[in-house]
Amino acid sequence: MNAAEQISQTLLTLDNVSIAYGAKTIVKEVSINLSKGEIGCLLGPSGCGKSTLLRAIAGFEPVITGSIQLTEQTLSDTKKTTAPELRNIGMVFQDISLFPHLSIEQNVAFGIKNQPKQQIAARVKQLLALIELSEYAKHYPHQISGGQQQRVALARALAPKPELILLDEPFSGLDAKLRESLVPQVKAILKKEQVSALMVSHDQAEAFAVADKIAIMNNGKIHQWDNAYNSYHFPASQFVASFIGDSKFLAGTASCEYCVETELGKLAKKTPHGFKKGSKVQVLIRVEDVSCNADSMYSGIVIKKDFHGSYYKYEIQLKDNSTLYYSTNAKALTQHALGANIPVQVDSENLVIFNR
Amino acid sequence: MIEILKKHSKINWLSALALLTAIALSFPILVVISSLFGGFGVTLSHLVDTVLSDYISNSVLLLLGVSIGVLAIGVPAAWFTSVCDFKGKSIFTWALLLPLAVPAYIVAYTYTGLFDFAGPVQSTLRDYTGLNYGEYWFFEIRSLGGAITMLTLVLYPYVYLLARAAFLEHSSNSLEVCRTLGYSHKRAFFHLSLPMARPAIIAGLTLALMETLADFGTVQYFGISTFTTGIYRTFYGLGDPTAASQLATMLLTFVAFLIILERYSRRQHRYHSSAEQRPASALIKLSFKHSCIAWAVCLIPISFGFLIPASVLTYWSVTQAVFEADKFLSLAWNSLYLAMSAAIIAVVLSVLLAYAKRIKNTATVQGATTVASLGYALPGTIIAIGIIIPLAWLDHQIIDAAEHFFGLDLGLILSGTLFALLFAYTVRFLAVSMGAVQTGLDKIKPNIDNSARSLGHNNLQVISKIHFPLMRSSLLTALLIVFVDVLKELPATLILRPFNFNTLAVHAYELASDERLIDAAPASIMIVIVGLLPVIILSRSISNSRAKHAQ
Repeated sequence: MNAAEQISQTLLTLDNVSIAYGAKTIVKEVSINLSKGEIGCLLGPSGCGKSTLLRAIAGFEPVITGSIQLTEQTLSDTKKTTAPELRNIGMVFQDISLFPHLSIEQNVAFGIKNQPKQQIAARVKQLLALIELSEYAKHYPHQISGGQQQRVALARALAPKPELILLDEPFSGLDAKLRESLVPQVKAILKKEQVSALMVSHDQAEAFAVADKIAIMNNGKIHQWDNAYNSYHFPASQFVASFIGDSKFLAGTASCEYCVETELGKLAKKTPHGFKKGSKVQVLIRVEDVSCNADSMYSGIVIKKDFHGSYYKYEIQLKDNSTLYYSTNAKALTQHALGANIPVQVDSENLVIFNR
Repeated sequence: MIEILKKHSKINWLSALALLTAIALSFPILVVISSLFGGFGVTLSHLVDTVLSDYISNSVLLLLGVSIGVLAIGVPAAWFTSVCDFKGKSIFTWALLLPLAVPAYIVAYTYTGLFDFAGPVQSTLRDYTGLNYGEYWFFEIRSLGGAITMLTLVLYPYVYLLARAAFLEHSSNSLEVCRTLGYSHKRAFFHLSLPMARPAIIAGLTLALMETLADFGTVQYFGISTFTTGIYRTFYGLGDPTAASQLATMLLTFVAFLIILERYSRRQHRYHSSAEQRPASALIKLSFKHSCIAWAVCLIPISFGFLIPASVLTYWSVTQAVFEADKFLSLAWNSLYLAMSAAIIAVVLSVLLAYAKRIKNTATVQGATTVASLGYALPGTIIAIGIIIPLAWLDHQIIDAAEHFFGLDLGLILSGTLFALLFAYTVRFLAVSMGAVQTGLDKIKPNIDNSARSLGHNNLQVISKIHFPLMRSSLLTALLIVFVDVLKELPATLILRPFNFNTLAVHAYELASDERLIDAAPASIMIVIVGLLPVIILSRSISNSRAKHAQ
């Protein structure tokens, strides 16, 4: 694929976008591109500005710097904010917000304009089939369940065939079991409709399950815009490293081109880590990097033990009071008691290292 | 840029309109208060020397008496219909609201007709016993005690309504907690339900007391000197608007106290819905003996507040009243279009203020809506005085100018016209319609608007396709409540109406003043019947929420 092709495929461009409420800047100089057909996700803790950014893309907030473009068209810049109704962008809101006075099919048909009746009816029928709610066409929103309402909201946003769908925490109001079944369903619906989407979430599992690309946000800034695998294995910042996955940091000192001296001895990476010899660093230790090995010369004390059904998760305290996570299969023969001193070893091939 | 400007100018336009409305509506009060700076004339010092102490003591006694009365009726009735289970409860629950439909002055006319010397009760008594005038004791209905009774009979539903909502809201769970901690029903009531409902009860009480202070028809008819009658007399009898406004300002301090009390009690007790209904198992099943008490607690106020006056009025209207159909029709028509116009104005302004608040809730807009909604606490007499003084002044300026420059005799343009009357109604009743409209609009979450906009609909389309259908019933309710309130309103209408312009309420008042109580019955029963409409809506919303819960 050459460069020209790639540019033509870009759907949404955020270029240096900042958003403020009054004097407070909520989103700071964000730049990302979303390609056609991709599902993106803005992932971050609550209050990081992800929902505000989504609302700006929808046209509900103006930008104070930069611009928002959809294909070639500028939707928002410092001079103008195209009204939401003129953007051809659909949105599904966190509180679902179906129109209570309209039936399910009327809700879905609401955004389809300037089309012959038959065509509208056909589109509504197709969408209701897609979300598997055909038999509820004449029902009203209060007569169906939360998960069903969420699917109707999605169908309603999809109905006018927008170029982009925005989903604001679409699963946050639902219970865990329902979420588990709805997440892949929503992804399948989006892919079937071949629509591009940008979702907001604070839940890593949700983001990993749905999104092709994930923007990890904190304090109004995007730390990394990448796919799930890279975000996990090559975190661009300490925040990304700690926000995604279960992990702890271990203090260390760079002792050679590849290695770091830590409480657990010398940890060596396969490739050069790029820190000067003697510089103080932090090493990310994921839960799956830690194992219990009787041959190990290092040990720690079990200070916490949680049963998670299929596995146990331990927190282990080392001599310098830093801690590590460690987990074992629940069926494993060796269980560790609280307060036990156990030998630990870290698998150091994929070390992620930051400045201290 | 242009778009942003346009958006901003639209917002400013609405806020400015809200501000302007608030200023216009607060004008009468400002006029009344400004009378304090006009110096204290001979009339006022004369009033201070003679009747002022009466005004104050009568008003205070009236407030005290009505407080005791409405609490004694409203709270037990609320408790029985919310916490207990007995036969006929579902009927009593809504029937207890019926007296809301009857203005106090109409109850007063009816009971005077029944119980005064020439009335059927005393006549019958004399016929049976053979006693003559002065030879037996009979209570005097036209007394302070009588006025307290009349006002209590029609105002207790305010306490009943709010107390009941509070009892329903809390008790279910906390009452069960209380029982598990070893409290009996009785102890739980006094230690838990009552303290928890206290803010709501006080809020209901202040509403009833505001109506008491505002009452003119009853106390005027019973010849009790209170502030409202005093203001009226000073204005018309003594012809001294300044002294009348100064009296009005004193009354205003009472009102201000009530407003503060009400706001304070509501602050602690903001949201209560009547939607909740405890499961049948949690209700206290009453024994036969206790059921009888419950029946008495419910039946007495319903009978004396509604059933008896309504039947007596109906009987008089049908059998004895002198009824002139032409005159009556023109009265009804006057009342109808006056009330309808006022209702439409109030609802339009309410919608405007509500949208100003929804689109951009600035401190200005918030202040404006608060000021605009204070009128519900103001007695009609005060509002009327505050309106007629500046309008009369303005009229005279216009008349003088017209005569001076054009040699024209214009007559009164503003005062003594329907304009003044509609203005007064708007000041007094805007809060009522605003409450209904605001509740309707608040139910529509902002993301509903946002959803519609992201589906390609502009602001106007959102209003027409989403807001209007969702708010239709709220708007209708607002219209209806203002309509009925205007229909019942007496003092402001009496002071501000155009010469020879009569409404049903004024007609009833005039006939009653001429001691033609029976002839006043048709107009009175008409007011009561129309007044029933919002009560029916209210009781239906209560039973609807119950039905929903039962599903």
